[in-house]
Amino acid sequence: MLRAESLRHAFGAARALDDVSFTLTAGRTLVVFGPNGAGKTTLLRVLAGLIKPQAGAVYLEGGRSAVGWIGHHAHLYGHLTVLENLQFWGALYGLRRVEAERRAVDVLTRLGLADRAGQVVRTLSRGQLQRAAIARALIHDPAVLLLDEPFTGLDLAAAAEFRHLLAELAGRGRVLVMATHNVEEGVELATDVAFQLAGRFVRLEPRGGRGAAAIAEDYRRTVTGV
Amino acid sequence: MSDLWRDAWTLARKDLLIEYRSRTAFLSAAVFTVLVLLVFVFGRDPTAVAAVDLAPSALWVTFTFAAMLALNRAFQLELENQAFDGLLLSPASRWSLFLGKLVGNLVFVGSIEALGLPLFVLFFNVSLGTSLFPLIGVLALATVGFVAVGTLFSAMAIRTRFAELMLPVLLLPFVLPPLMWAAQATTALLAARPLSEIRGSLYFLAAYDIVFVTVSILLFPFLVEE
Repeated sequence: MLRAESLRHAFGAARALDDVSFTLTAGRTLVVFGPNGAGKTTLLRVLAGLIKPQAGAVYLEGGRSAVGWIGHHAHLYGHLTVLENLQFWGALYGLRRVEAERRAVDVLTRLGLADRAGQVVRTLSRGQLQRAAIARALIHDPAVLLLDEPFTGLDLAAAAEFRHLLAELAGRGRVLVMATHNVEEGVELATDVAFQLAGRFVRLEPRGGRGAAAIAEDYRRTVTGV
Repeated sequence: MSDLWRDAWTLARKDLLIEYRSRTAFLSAAVFTVLVLLVFVFGRDPTAVAAVDLAPSALWVTFTFAAMLALNRAFQLELENQAFDGLLLSPASRWSLFLGKLVGNLVFVGSIEALGLPLFVLFFNVSLGTSLFPLIGVLALATVGFVAVGTLFSAMAIRTRFAELMLPVLLLPFVLPPLMWAAQATTALLAARPLSEIRGSLYFLAAYDIVFVTVSILLFPFLVEE
């Protein structure tokens, strides 16, 4: 379970989080939509424990071990191979070498990157790097996955496979929080939808049966006020 | 092995593997060591300054600035793909991150010293004889202290715009005392004076190590929090 209570954070005069609260139980996926600078990345960084909020608190079962992060940066070392990177991160999450290797092969196979396991990371293409970053985030089978514009750099086939993987993870009880400015990208995964403007959740509600078009129209009205 | 040391060793091994693959910093530091020793040797007027009088200063100036290259590199590795955020997200304790960097830096600086010491003996034509092991002891004591402080300041400097300039500015005032004691002890050892004459310097170096290693470990978690 993941709970955020009255989170507030500002960078100087700019409010990044303004009284943000929500609770997500197992299997829930919250997709946070907002324009650039709305505070989405700050929200994820606070949830992950990378930023201590100026007010409010985050309750996360399992602590940092339970979190997986996919963001703008891959968190991978260019001089190591994909497999060596995954073994390193697996070891930091307490996985034994054999277990880390087995999980790495599983995840890489799932992401269509198994044939690149022995390749040095700095020689990967942008899309391959993003898939390797996804594998890194999943190596320890996190209970909570925080995703910041996770489809960036993925081609159509890889994006479709990744969506499928995320849906499967949610089906296995994982909690997902995804931040994006693109309604088309994330909405089909959402059980809950939030619109974030100037740090504040101006809407937070279950998605219900609404499709991407309806939510996109709601979002457009919320952002433009028209 | 406790989680603390296991995670520290995982991080140190990763850093050393990256250095082994790239060899960039080691080669730079090795070339730097050779060149600085040569400058001291050929820049000296043999009719005015005896080699043995110049040797202690030359040794410590060379090793100090060669070590700067290692210390600068320690956290620059983590800037690639923002891997440092990944480390902070992981369940590894902040203390283990510091210890991992410290161990990696000690191995790196120790390797440079292992390369530089025979060259120093050769270029300055000094006879170590029974002073060899005491000199290695002085090297070890001084290196632990300034590498610990350097690792801490390297973590601090890396978030600034001019990290490579900031590190020497921050570090040199703090490492002057151990360098002074180490140079005094080296002078005595090269002059084949009795070991009792360097006891005071050794005590000061040991006390400096205990204090600054402890302080660095305790301060590191506060430096890396956002």
